[in-house]
Amino acid sequence: MWRDAFLIMQKDLNIELKSKVVFNQVIPFGLVVILLFGLAIGKFDSSSLSTVGGNLSDAGLLKDASAGLFWMAVTLSAVIGVQRSFAIETQDQARDALRLSALDPAGIFLGKAGALLVELAVLESVLALCAIFLFGMQIAVFWLFLAASCLATIALSAVGVIYGALASGARTRETLLPLLFFPVIAPVLLSATKACEAAIVGQPSSGMIWIEVLAVFSLCYIALGVAAFGSLLEE
Amino acid sequence: MDCVIDFQNAVFVADGFPVIAGVDMRVMGGEVIHLRGANGAGKTSLLRALVGLIQIKSGRAIVLGHDLADDRFSVRKDVGLLGHRTFLYDDLTVLDNLRFVQKIARQPKTSLERSLDKVHITSRLLSTRVSQLSTGQRKKTALAALLIRDYKMWLLDEPHAGLDESGRILVDQLILDFQSTKGTVIIASHELDRAMSISTRSMVISGGSIPAGVTRDEAKIVLAAPVDEVDCRYDILTADTDSYPLSSNKSDRGGSVDVA
Repeated sequence: MWRDAFLIMQKDLNIELKSKVVFNQVIPFGLVVILLFGLAIGKFDSSSLSTVGGNLSDAGLLKDASAGLFWMAVTLSAVIGVQRSFAIETQDQARDALRLSALDPAGIFLGKAGALLVELAVLESVLALCAIFLFGMQIAVFWLFLAASCLATIALSAVGVIYGALASGARTRETLLPLLFFPVIAPVLLSATKACEAAIVGQPSSGMIWIEVLAVFSLCYIALGVAAFGSLLEE
Repeated sequence: MDCVIDFQNAVFVADGFPVIAGVDMRVMGGEVIHLRGANGAGKTSLLRALVGLIQIKSGRAIVLGHDLADDRFSVRKDVGLLGHRTFLYDDLTVLDNLRFVQKIARQPKTSLERSLDKVHITSRLLSTRVSQLSTGQRKKTALAALLIRDYKMWLLDEPHAGLDESGRILVDQLILDFQSTKGTVIIASHELDRAMSISTRSMVISGGSIPAGVTRDEAKIVLAAPVDEVDCRYDILTADTDSYPLSSNKSDRGGSVDVA
């Protein structure tokens, strides 16, 4: 299973390195979303290149909402990443090639989730820097922020691959995926936001409960993917 | 020769629709079967059913000893499918694609080199992205991918389509080489002359009812009739060998083909 997972992950990352869709489309999309959130909620002072707002309440609002805005931007961008992850399998019916490959379906799931995880980690790093830069987001407890990000990314990747596989067999996959993905990922989005807010305000004790929730969701989604991916691939 | 395909009244269902209904079919090891039929008759569906991509609903379907009713997955390691689509990744180069196939098939690097030699893929083509290939080059790459694996049976859906004359000759030669190693080949093709020249037997798949034992000419007449797309029962007819004259080079193949 692990060998199969490594081969699939290597293949997906190789395709990404060649096509650069994450770098050229997904990350710019995330940046645009962050920027639009900033424009919608606060105001930017180009001279200082930091959010100071038209008044203090604007700047405070952006800073308070920065964790939520960051995770919203990540989640919206992740949908494009997931769609891309399965678009490469629907080109030229490569999905059938995966079915015929006699690879362990659990290995295929872990490999695709692993590749998506790497891509989302790169995306989050760029968007986090952008949020710090534009929203004035300051992280008081870095390990908590990092733990929340890692667990949320694992959950996003696992759910993304499960629902990406489910939607990729449908003719209306482009519109079906967000419809399936967002409701399921809502608890992860909420938990990640709460944990990151605790990391920002420096209250690790209040963030730990959300870390535990994220860990449970991540494990559940991985277990579901490992168990059910074979059936999903055959649908 | 062992029986490698044994279908008895096999019904295959996809999306709740019986894409293959009531197939009776027996194929012996080492045969090259030309599968004929009108557009939409079910040739591609039958090939997909043979490799376990479509679920069996009822009847008996055994391929290379694998009972598709019990397990339609294990047969996939023994049967290679080359369909209308080439199953390649557009963003990867030809070499990347073939290396991926070689690794997932757990084959040594020599199998990759051997397949490249057989299909005559040039070094320049190896570093070309699949998205930049012509239809014929894509098909050659797919053929190379097929050759990497150690299959016992090939299912080829329109293998000559999109290839130039040298490519078509190459496909024929690969099929004959594979047959000489006791491999079984099912070819779905509309190119009757070319497919029949390399096949040992021909089968017709058609909607509607065709009386058993029809000759090739009779089968053509029935096939020309409209296919009932709503209530269709597909019948596989194994025509009498005498009514399907084999190519003149049959004897050159050492008479290894035991036509049922």
